[in-house]
Amino acid sequence: MKKQHWKAFVDWVNGTAPERAPAAMPELPAKREKSPRTKPDEARRVRVFSRIYRITSLVVCLSVVCVLLYTLFHLPLFGAEDNPAVNEVVERYVEQGLAETGAVNMVTGMILDYRAFDTFGESSVLFLAISCVMMLLLKDQNNTTAADTLQLQRERETEREISDPILKKVVSVVFPCILLFGIYVVLNGHLSPGGGFSGGAVMGAGLILYSAAYGMDAVSRFFTLKTFRTLTTTALLCYALSKAYSFFTGANDLPSGIPLGIPGAILSSGLILVLNICVGLIVACTMYGFYILFTKGEF
Amino acid sequence: MELLEKIISLRFEIAAFLLFGIGFMHLLVEKNLIKKIIAFNIMDSSVFLFLASQGYIQGRTAPIATDGVTDAALYINPVPAGLVLTGIVVSVSISAFFLALTQRFYHRYHTVNFDEIMILAKEKDVD
Repeated sequence: MKKQHWKAFVDWVNGTAPERAPAAMPELPAKREKSPRTKPDEARRVRVFSRIYRITSLVVCLSVVCVLLYTLFHLPLFGAEDNPAVNEVVERYVEQGLAETGAVNMVTGMILDYRAFDTFGESSVLFLAISCVMMLLLKDQNNTTAADTLQLQRERETEREISDPILKKVVSVVFPCILLFGIYVVLNGHLSPGGGFSGGAVMGAGLILYSAAYGMDAVSRFFTLKTFRTLTTTALLCYALSKAYSFFTGANDLPSGIPLGIPGAILSSGLILVLNICVGLIVACTMYGFYILFTKGEF
Repeated sequence: MELLEKIISLRFEIAAFLLFGIGFMHLLVEKNLIKKIIAFNIMDSSVFLFLASQGYIQGRTAPIATDGVTDAALYINPVPAGLVLTGIVVSVSISAFFLALTQRFYHRYHTVNFDEIMILAKEKDVD
């Protein structure tokens, strides 16, 4: 009995398990009548349960909000200088940040130097999310029916037939500007508001706009699944390696050999510029990846 | 009078708490999975609003030392900004994951109603 389960599991992992679920799929009626099997007694119980559920959730919500509102009495006033959140950590970040990290923008200095490990976790979360979405939505022969393929084909045909000259003209002017602005925000992350996350989001939005105007296949000419894989993994690895280096030298009191430069210059603040570029690449690829996976299901 | 002053002063925090309650309620009660995800995003936004309003200090500027002045009494608190950044990234990731799951559900059961999905799952997929 146990062996059988194990064999089934191994088959499932290897993808050689016998088909069973997809056969049930097309039979589902588009519109179901009220299921006749449920007895009136059961329907009544379901009604009672849903009413109790609603009342309970209302009570829980109201009590949570009441507890939160009660904490108002203990909060400092809005904009107060003696806010307990402004403690020695904040003072240290503000007063020593410029000298220690070389970043004029203290938030960037904080998230990419003092708390770089946390930001690495964030990038990994994004990578994990796009991996999960890819697992769920990437089209292959197992999860695509002929009807799906036909529908996608029809959508593409209409897309080709209905050309929108105004949108295309505007996008051809705006798209380079958006991309340039995104690159500017990423590269100036340590000097002005912005950084890898916001700049990457701008670049991703630009790619999405281009894809929306010129059709789903237009971006695929220069941005394929292979490009996506290479860019994201290289950026993540680059981030991990550069931060591992600075952790290693920092923990062992070794000189890192990376000059901090003059604060305010574009080539300053050590590794922060590199890290910003890595994060920007990851975010741009992820944003565009979400869009294309949800609309098309493949790159 | 003092209470009224406090309430007016803490209006952003109150709005954040109310938004949190609204989001939480809809997360529990709504049957539509897409609406559940929207409610989840409202909860996220309320947390960001709370953090940002706690980081603000009257009369100070954003922590960007363009002229090289590093005096802690001049800038607002940079820590909540970093926390909000983390939160936004996680919220985007979670929303995308939830939406992808919902799309798979829709492909399989042709509905986004959570109750109907549960009934169908019981009927069709019990071994």
